[in-house]
Parts: sequence; structure tokens; C-alpha cells
Amino acid sequence: MIAFNKYYNQFNILSILLITASLLLLIFKGLNYGIDFKGGTLIELRSSDSKINVSSLRDKFNQMDLGDVSVKKFGNDTDFLIKFENKDNKKNIIEEIKKNLDSSFGSNYDFRRVENVGPKVSAELLKAGVIAISLSLAVMLIYIWIRFEWQFSLGAILALFHDVIVTLGIFSLFSLEINLSIIAAVLTIVGYSMNDTVVIFDRVRENLRKYSDIKIFELTNISINETLSRTIITSATTLLALLAIFFFGGEILKGFSLAMILGVVFGTYSSIYIANTVLVRLRVSQKTVLREDDNKTI
Amino acid sequence: MLYFSKLRILFVTIFSLLFILIASSNLFKFDDSFFDKKINLGLDLQGGSYLLLEIDNEPVIEQKLQNLTTTIRNYFKEKNIKVNNIKIDNQNIFFNVTDLDKQAVIDVFQDENSDLNPYYPRFKSHQLDIEDTGINLKVSFSRQGVINLKNSSQDQAIEIVRRRVDEVGTNEPNILKRGNDRILVELPGLDDPQRIKSLLGKTANLTFRFVTSDESDRFGVDKLKFEDGLEEATVSKRIIISGENLLDAQPKMDTQTNQTIVSFTLDRVGAKRFGKATSTGIGKQLAIVLDGKIISAPVVRDTIASGSGQISGGFTFQTATDLALLLRSGALPAPLEIIEERTVGPDLGQDSINAGMIALAIGFLLVIIFMFVKYKVFGLITNVTLIINLFLLLGILTLFEATLTLPGIAGIILTVGMAVDANVLIFERIKEELKGESNNILAFDGGYTKSRTAIIDANITTLLAAIILFFMGSGPVKGFAVTLGVGIFTTLFSVYFIARLFTSLYVTRNKNKEKLI
Repeated sequence: MIAFNKYYNQFNILSILLITASLLLLIFKGLNYGIDFKGGTLIELRSSDSKINVSSLRDKFNQMDLGDVSVKKFGNDTDFLIKFENKDNKKNIIEEIKKNLDSSFGSNYDFRRVENVGPKVSAELLKAGVIAISLSLAVMLIYIWIRFEWQFSLGAILALFHDVIVTLGIFSLFSLEINLSIIAAVLTIVGYSMNDTVVIFDRVRENLRKYSDIKIFELTNISINETLSRTIITSATTLLALLAIFFFGGEILKGFSLAMILGVVFGTYSSIYIANTVLVRLRVSQKTVLREDDNKTI
Repeated sequence: MLYFSKLRILFVTIFSLLFILIASSNLFKFDDSFFDKKINLGLDLQGGSYLLLEIDNEPVIEQKLQNLTTTIRNYFKEKNIKVNNIKIDNQNIFFNVTDLDKQAVIDVFQDENSDLNPYYPRFKSHQLDIEDTGINLKVSFSRQGVINLKNSSQDQAIEIVRRRVDEVGTNEPNILKRGNDRILVELPGLDDPQRIKSLLGKTANLTFRFVTSDESDRFGVDKLKFEDGLEEATVSKRIIISGENLLDAQPKMDTQTNQTIVSFTLDRVGAKRFGKATSTGIGKQLAIVLDGKIISAPVVRDTIASGSGQISGGFTFQTATDLALLLRSGALPAPLEIIEERTVGPDLGQDSINAGMIALAIGFLLVIIFMFVKYKVFGLITNVTLIINLFLLLGILTLFEATLTLPGIAGIILTVGMAVDANVLIFERIKEELKGESNNILAFDGGYTKSRTAIIDANITTLLAAIILFFMGSGPVKGFAVTLGVGIFTTLFSVYFIARLFTSLYVTRNKNKEKLI
């Protein structure tokens, strides 16, 4: 049996530091919103001419007076991702850009993807994203409240909160782009982390009924150990699937799978070191679940 | 938990085979219409264009208020009430009446049977609100009035959008209402939406009006620019004929001048008015105005009584074709603005499919190898179950002809990774049970029973996340929610019916084997 409970304090401090650092990053550095949430235009361009590279494209686009332009390689040497604000929301901007590029590069390039999100739509999408994440946290809280005692509910929600904040913090730290698929990833992380926590909690509750003389500090450790191999195996297979998406699923899914990978890692960690320590700190005891059983018989 | 009746085995087998068959209909062609279904590919996978249009209702409201001022004036004139100082400001109509008449006017507006101000009994609201500001009377659209107005302009606009898109002839366009002032247009397979965008961006309001030099024209005048933006002309506000009078419009080649023209045919009313105007206006210039710009202003040489005519204006064949198309499909009630556009080229779509399939294959293989190494026989059972699970998932998506997107493929891969969870929970529990239980069958039974609450709780949480995502997410992300959500059901089915069937068969044959798992 591994003595997870020996490190409860240390890891709690680490978690608090992680959350604080993430919150500070989110407040002061902020998130790097993609055009979904910021508005603007995105062009994925594939070239068949070595003359077309990041710097020549950047020069060309900067001449066109489009506001802030970012040009990046996208996956391999022939693909580029160009983003700009399109501040005035010009109507025929794509047509104009094509004409402009034709004049210097001929037809040795191809627009593989064009996305244009107006300011109104991006504001709505951002709002919907924030609502979706808050709603999912609220729904999880209610669900776990129905299924368990409030101490468990609080533990699970703190764990979820930790996973979401830290994942977003890492995205902020490395200026990774936040787009619609990241919201999807965050929601899935919420589901996954909850799933992980619930399995351990289920065992904790069972053990509280089974052993009348073991304190919660020991009991959480027993429960973590009993479910440990399941935790490892499920995290492993989920990570294998996510790694497959990350390395082979194409550029578009990279951010999504990265967020999920982070979420699974933190979700597994938080189920053990946040959710359980909350139970310990709230002095959950056999009485907590017995009272619940009594209520049920009435 | 380990007992399976013959009937149940039969049911599970038939059910699984059925879905394998349905899923495989994506690869083969079946004659039967029930089996010949396919998963729809989202625009991000098959390539295509997604356009979100917003109707700018402000001009419609302005126009309605403009008409209303005339109506109000005439209505009260009949009743011998004099309306003074009528004006429109910030979407409100203001006017004065004498203090004696004030209450009578307000009563007219608030009468539920008023023919000036329609009453919607269902919403308990009039079309217009009236308010006495003290200085004058203020009339404006009520909340319900604005909603009705928006709905009706959306109804008209979607019809016109549909006609225009159909005329261009893209395959299976999808045109839907969004809210009460937006229209969603999905155009599969279209990699350059430029033409459609420019067609949808035009209101196509066509009028024929005389050019006049008389600034004090009875109907008022407009100073309008020519299409090329260089010249200007003063045009009477009197409309001879408008786009509504057109029966047909076609691009043609004028054999005499070798120019591309648009020829048009007028309806009876239009032909009569056109004939009359051309007979009295010989020698005058007739301006053909589209969306506030003059296309051309030919001089009337002859009476045109035939009800057909032509528009020339230095068109190329393409611009003439588009103009004819716009005229045939009619004018939009209000200008449309494209507020969101997402276009994916077909080769990127194909690349995404390939990448998704490779990732699925590799992810699947990794999980299968892992499970086999970890659990041997039971790993094998899990893996067979996983394969059937995948077919069930694809089968259900096919059966409902769901739309598969790139994030949707990611959802399938993720399902593969998470689907083993339930089996792992069961197997680990069985291992624990075996520590204190010598009877294999009892241990297995215990393993299944005692792990159930954890499995259900765990799956419900993921399902809740998927449901929220489905309702809050948009486009491709919705596809992810669908595969993730459906995946939970197929996983639970395959774990409790298929994997359990295999385990029960195996355990009953190896009742007395030691170290079973």
C-alpha cells in the first residue's frame, strides 16, 4: 500500500500554489483568444512555391493594412496560418487578399481554410463558452450533492475547479490559443475529473460503512489504494487515445488534445490530492454517511 | 449477474450484428433503404462553406414608420382630426393634435379592434405603443410589434436566400433560421463562396425612374450615383416599375451591339405602366436603379407596350447572369450582413478525415495492446467488446444519419480510451473479491454488483458534460458532444451485455481454475 496520505499537506500547498499562480497568470497575462472569441479572420494557406515563407507572407500582409497580422507555420513547411483583426470588417477582404497575393506569388498557393468571425458573434461565442463551463460545474455540483453528502460535493468541486484553472493557467503561460474546441476540451475534463473523483468517493463511502473504527485520514488512503490500479489503467488508456490524437490527428486537433492531456493528468492528481484531502479536512466520519443512510430510511 | 438466458444471448447477438451491418453500410452499397444510410460528414470534413447572415432590420423599421406617418395623417383626416408636426426621430413618430382630440387619438391606438393599430390577442399587445409626452404624442413599435416585424422579414429573407442559392445550383444547401434575425446557410462542397457571398450581399431592389432636371418634382428627387461611381444624376422618386413587376429576367447577347444585356418580361400591371410611361416620356431618360445606384439611364425612343425590355450596362456575361438571377429571385426585405464565415477546402477536409482515421487506428491499437498485456484473457474480452462498441457507435450515428465532424472523430477516439474504464472497474473489483472468496462464480458476481454504482455515477457525469456541450456548443463542437454522448450508451451496453456474456461463458467453463484474472 502506498502512503498517499503522508503527503497530503505538501501536495495541498502545491495545489494552492498552482491555483494561485494560474489565477495570477489569468488575471495579469490573460488568455490568448483565437478568432472564435476575439473576432477577426483566419486563413490557412498551402504553398507550392519555396518563395512563399513566413517572412514573405508577413511582408505581403502587412502592406495590406489589415491591422494586427500574425503569420505562423502550421504543421509543416508548406502550410501557414495567417490571422488578422479585420477591424473594419471589410466585406470583400478575402477577394482583395487573393488579388494581392496573385500579383506576387502567381497561383502557387491555395486557401485551404478561411474563417471570419464578426465582433458580435465572437462576443456571443465567448459568453456561451463561459456559460457552458459554469453550467457544467453547477450541474456536477448538484449531481454529486444528490448522490453524496455535501462534504464530498465540496471536495469534488474544488478538484474540478483546480483542474479547469490550472489547465487554463498553462494555456495562458505558454500563450496557447483558446478557441471553441478548447471549451469542448475543458468540459470533457470536467466530466473526466468528476468521473475519477466519483470512483474514489464511492469507495470511501463504502469503506466508511465497512470499517467503523478507521479514521478518515487512513480510510481515504485505503480507498485510494484500492482503486489505484483502476485509476492508473483508465488514465493510461485515455492518455494513449489522446496521444494518438495529438500526434496523428492533424494540426486542428492539437490544442484540443493538449488541453485534454493536461486535464487528464491534473484530473487524476486532483482526485487523489484535492478531493480526498477535503474530506479529511472537513473531518468526514462514519457518522456523516450513517446520517445519510438514516435519512434514506425515513 | 453471470446467468444469461438463451433468449438474451440471441437478442445480444442479433442486436450487435444488426449494428455492424448498419455501420458497414458506410462502406458498401445496400439496396435496402433501411441499411443504405450514411453518416453525414460535417463541413469541416467534406469541405464547404458555413455562412451566418444577419438581417439589418433598421431600414425596414424606418420604412414602415415612414409609411405609417402617411397612414396616420390620412386616417385622422377622415375623422376631422388635424395632425400637426409629424416627424420621425430615433424610430419614434412624434406628432401634435389639439388637446381636445388627444384622448380620442390615444383611444384609437388603444382600441383592441383598432384597424390602425393591430392587436395581437395571443401576446396581449398592440403593434404600436402610444405615449403622451406632454409636448406631443409619441408612437413607436411595441416589443411584440418589433418581434413580429423581425419574424416576417426573416420569413421573407429566407425565401429569397433559398431562391438565390438554389439558382446557383450548389448541392444540398442547408438554409435555416437562427433566432429571429439570422439565417444560417451551409453549402457543402463549395470551396469558394465568393459568388454566393456577393449574391447574398445585395438587396436587389430594382426600380425604373425618370431622370429629371426639375428639382421641385412633385414626388421629390434623389441624387444617385452611377454604378461606376463617377457620374451622378437627379432622379425622380416616382417609381414607374419595380422589381416586383418582373416575371422573368435572363442574360442575353444583343446581336446588334454585341453587348451582354439582361432582358426582362413584365407582369400585366408592370407592362401597362411601362407602356404608359414610355409613351408619355419619349425623349426622356429612364434610369434603371439597383440598390440605390444607377445601372444605366437610356433615352426612351419608342413606346414599349410589349411588356418586355432589356437592361444594358456594360455587363460581362457573368455580371449579367448574376443580375438576372437577382432580379428573378426578388428583392430582400432588408440588407443582409455576413457575420460569420467558415470555409474549408475539400482537400483539407480529406486530410482531416485521413488524420482522424489514422489517429483512431493508432489510438485503438495502443489501447488494445495495453489491455491485452494487462489482462490477457479478460483483456481479449475487453478488446472484442471494444470493437463491437465501436461498431455500435458508428451504427447509431449511421442510423440517425448524424453529422460527423473532426472533433466528433476525436470524441470517438476518446470514447475508445474511456470505454475500457467500466470493464477495468469490474475486473479490479473481481480481483479484490477473489482475495476473500474461493468460489470464482461468486467472486465474479460480486465484482459486477459492487462496481455498478461507481460505473453508473462515472458515466452519468461524462454524459452530463456531453449534454451541456451539445446545447451550448456550435458547429463542429456539437459533433464532439454527439459522439461522446452516444459513446457512453454504447459503452454501457457493450460492457453489461456483451463483455458480461463473454466473461460469464469463460468463468462458467473455468469454475475451478486458480488465479483466474
